Amino acid sequence: MSLDPRINRLDLHRTKEGEQTSSHLITWEVFHQEKRGKQPVHAGIVHASSPEMAMLFAKEQYARRGKTTNLWVVKTSDVYTFSYEDEDIFETTPEKTFRDPGFYKVRDRIEAYQAKNKIQ
Amino acid sequence: MYGNTSLTAEEAKIMNATVEDPEKLAVFEERITRGEKIEPGDWMPKEYRKQLIRMIEQHAHSEIVGALPEGTWITRAPNFKRKLALIAKVQDEIGHGQLLYSAAETLGKTREEMLTDLLSGKSKYSNVFNYPANTWADMAVIGFLVDGAAIVNQIINSKGSYGPYCRALERICYEESFHLKQGHDNFVYLATGTPVQRTMVQEALNRWYRPLLHFFGPSDRNSQHSEKLMKWKVKLASNDDMRNQFLDQYVPKIYELGLTLPDPNLKKNADGIWEFSDPDWDEFKRVINGDGPCNKERIEVRRYAELAHRWVREALLNPKEKYAIPLA
Repeated sequence: MSLDPRINRLDLHRTKEGEQTSSHLITWEVFHQEKRGKQPVHAGIVHASSPEMAMLFAKEQYARRGKTTNLWVVKTSDVYTFSYEDEDIFETTPEKTFRDPGFYKVRDRIEAYQAKNKIQ
Repeated sequence: MYGNTSLTAEEAKIMNATVEDPEKLAVFEERITRGEKIEPGDWMPKEYRKQLIRMIEQHAHSEIVGALPEGTWITRAPNFKRKLALIAKVQDEIGHGQLLYSAAETLGKTREEMLTDLLSGKSKYSNVFNYPANTWADMAVIGFLVDGAAIVNQIINSKGSYGPYCRALERICYEESFHLKQGHDNFVYLATGTPVQRTMVQEALNRWYRPLLHFFGPSDRNSQHSEKLMKWKVKLASNDDMRNQFLDQYVPKIYELGLTLPDPNLKKNADGIWEFSDPDWDEFKRVINGDGPCNKERIEVRRYAELAHRWVREALLNPKEKYAIPLA
């Protein structure tokens, strides 16, 4: 007798058939949106045969805790990405500070002008 | 060993003999030294990939097989509150298995291959799940101490270098802390309950003491070190260090309830290191190689699930669809 009721109920010790080597279900990327107004964020993947099944698994896997307002699933094969090898194409972006609001400072110039022209 | 790597002498030899492109290796190692994560498309040494697949896969199998002894207690939980917690915990464990399989898949081994290797015995899972859960008090000890040990291991591993594994572990550690708390709650209730309940929990502790010492793997004195795995942040702490951290955190929580552990030599020495009797490493080896009280049964349940539900999987398969490796 086993402590596992499934073993006793199903005569599992008699199962002798071969191992599973079937092919794979489709891979889906899952995006999780916590609240209305927030960005959906990549959460992980599921394997499923249809979008409906993927959404069901996504709910069980990625919406078990906390708040969820929506989930997106998209076939992994439909997602296009850059290669990490090309990471350097983004390298100079942080240097382009003229695209940031903090780059533009005019207070000194205003004060100098006011002093020179005696503006209160 | 949960998500843990221990090498045999042979494996260590292969690992040290593998030659890699020195330029690429240097870039890879610099990245890790800077504390950056490695992502799936990155170049990585063959041995890094191989050891990570082995470790993550073994960790995934442990989650799936680990849910089996607890799953059997769902129908026998003593009340509604405990039953709800246990169902949630078992569902989490299966979910953790799924997250970890996904992480291992990004390294190039398909989920089907991993499941097949579990059934054939080629892949291992944590030895601790080859022991039976005889009473409800075993549920308390597993939830509190096995999950406690797992958290020690997983928090350390979440500081590793492989992005997908770290991301999976972050989510897992968050959910595991609920497992630990509900296990501790259950443990305290039994320990502060009737004399029969106290006896039950003490006996369960006596049963689990050795498997818990085995949990972190053989002593550093008897296992192969790999400088490379440490350098590559695949392995982040030695077996003995993790074991010591576990004892330091949890033994006081057992003693504070007036419970004992079945080892007269268990004590903390002047250097803050826990000493204990030899936990019979031969037994550990025997059990990990298949000769434990529940090895056969655990695999049988998995095999049954595969076979009995094969027709569903086959009905769902779309032959026109091709498998894609997860992106992250």
